[in-house]
Amino acid sequence: MDGVQGFMYPNEMELQWSILIVLYPFITGLVAGAFILASLERVFNVQAVKPTYRLALLTALAFMIVAPLPLQLHLGHPERSFEMYLTPHTTSAMAMFGFVYLWYLMAVLIVEVWLEYRKEIVIAWQQSSGIARTAYALLALGSKNISPDALRVDDRIGRLVTIVGIPSAFLLHGYVGFIFGSVKANPWWSTPMMPIVFLFSAIVSGVALVMLMYLVMTWLRKVDIDMHCLDTIARYLLYAFVVDLSLELLDLAHRIYEADESFKTLDFMVHTRLFVSQIVLQIVVGTLVPIALLAGARLAQRARVRRAVYTAAGVLTLVGIFAMRWNVVIGGQLFSKSFLGYTTYKLAFATREGVAVSLALLVLPLLLLAGLVHLLPPWPPAAAIADHSPRSS
Amino acid sequence: MSFDRRAFLLQTGKWLVLTAPAVAAWEYVVSGEPEKAPGYDASAHWWAMIIDIDRCIGCGRCVQACKAENGVSLEPQYFRTWVERYEIDPDDPEHPHVESPNGGYDGFPQPTKPGVKTFFVPKLCNQCADSPCVQVCPVGATFQTPDGVVLVDKEYCLGCRYCVQACPYGCRFIDPETHTADKCTLCYHRITKGLQTACVEVCPTGARYLGDLKDPNDPIHEYLRTHKVHVLKPQMATHPKTFYNGLDGAVR
Repeated sequence: MDGVQGFMYPNEMELQWSILIVLYPFITGLVAGAFILASLERVFNVQAVKPTYRLALLTALAFMIVAPLPLQLHLGHPERSFEMYLTPHTTSAMAMFGFVYLWYLMAVLIVEVWLEYRKEIVIAWQQSSGIARTAYALLALGSKNISPDALRVDDRIGRLVTIVGIPSAFLLHGYVGFIFGSVKANPWWSTPMMPIVFLFSAIVSGVALVMLMYLVMTWLRKVDIDMHCLDTIARYLLYAFVVDLSLELLDLAHRIYEADESFKTLDFMVHTRLFVSQIVLQIVVGTLVPIALLAGARLAQRARVRRAVYTAAGVLTLVGIFAMRWNVVIGGQLFSKSFLGYTTYKLAFATREGVAVSLALLVLPLLLLAGLVHLLPPWPPAAAIADHSPRSS
Repeated sequence: MSFDRRAFLLQTGKWLVLTAPAVAAWEYVVSGEPEKAPGYDASAHWWAMIIDIDRCIGCGRCVQACKAENGVSLEPQYFRTWVERYEIDPDDPEHPHVESPNGGYDGFPQPTKPGVKTFFVPKLCNQCADSPCVQVCPVGATFQTPDGVVLVDKEYCLGCRYCVQACPYGCRFIDPETHTADKCTLCYHRITKGLQTACVEVCPTGARYLGDLKDPNDPIHEYLRTHKVHVLKPQMATHPKTFYNGLDGAVR
């Protein structure tokens, strides 16, 4: 068969999980990372990142809504996916997905966004007319109570939800890592490091995404960027990146030193079929270069230079984390479980699991985010911009 | 405590809403039961297979019979059973040359190198007692029958392919017709009627033997007592019930 080198078990020649399954951990990672950045302000009181608090929440929400779509599109029988809620198989790592997802979306993100925006929703309800009025009335769940007492309760519950949300975000993405890390048949995946590596790469990608969104939004709105905020986000991105890199290096060192039965096969794969996506894109372009940029940017005096460097670092980070997801998901299927051969992933363009659909799935959350930002502006009204205080409770 | 009509309706409504999914779930649990065979008591059997490497001549009859009996796609990447040929150079035992052209369906060409150790290895679902595929199925569409056979409920499988990833032996694939997981059923529709599996039936050399470990009179007990058998990838701790006699250490 085309693209097969050495021996594959006959049933292995076709790859089972496509680029859509690459998107799944990529997107959920962005959600978890964005949320954790948001909680920095809310729970850990990092005031500097306050201007991005609401933007981070909305970003997490927009990507979260899209997160199950690649899975749905990939299933042989999407119409049966609801069975995972009705008859979950308790021993299956995957069966939990629906519940973890719902918990995170419904109990954490939606509640937190709603509490955060409740006051503005009520005001918008009272000031608008027609369809908008009905929409805002529905969003307010019919309650007009925005007395100081009520808002204090909102704030307290919001804080509690965020505190619950942090382990939930860890759960969401650590869990995605577990789905791969618990497959003992596959030595490329099977490691207890997988959930934690997934988690830190999620934080890295989510923080980078919110940083980029903040840069883009201030540019679009033609307002001054809060450099203190941007510098702080970049600093946290750098810290998370260093932890992420250390974890990945630990995994690598462990594999090389143990050199178990799969090592030669995987080593050969990394140096051949995965060379561009793993060594070049993930490690050099997507990790070492952004780390160097983020560290170097701290030496730059001029804000304009730092902004440009942060933008470049953010973009490269997202490329690197996408490459990481690709290398895990696709890389884990390129070698035979007999360790005797390799196959090739043929990526099509306009098929159900092709490039076109994947691009659409990456653009969709951005469109959703645009809609959310329009409906629930993450920044105060124009007059109050100088104040830089999005939460007005 | 007063229990007026309003409270009654509320309470009943709540119960109806809450139990509807449970009722739906129960229907699926029931429909997940294997095909009934009259007079067959699943709990009285525990099926296993023995494969004698030295008897296999690589003719591919088993592969053909399996595809014909079970309606498996004739495409070269879908097999419930297949045959591999190992060629091991005594000077380089670490790098065996392995091939399975069209799963061995059409037999094998002449060996590539003279003077090497050559043998055939028929493969099929190992019917593991601790199957990773059963473990990972998110809806329980893959299950183990009381007689130890791992089956797939095609009416229920989502086609998520997690089980294909979880099988260490490459025994599963996605049926291109139904878009659901597929694998060897040990010809469950036949063995529950007292017949042999298709592959055992057609093997001209008797390289395959279907045994019942719960039947004290089955010759499989004597065979296992008198032969040095092995299973594939024992380190996976899946406890396969497909035993190989004369299995070379190079086989994976």
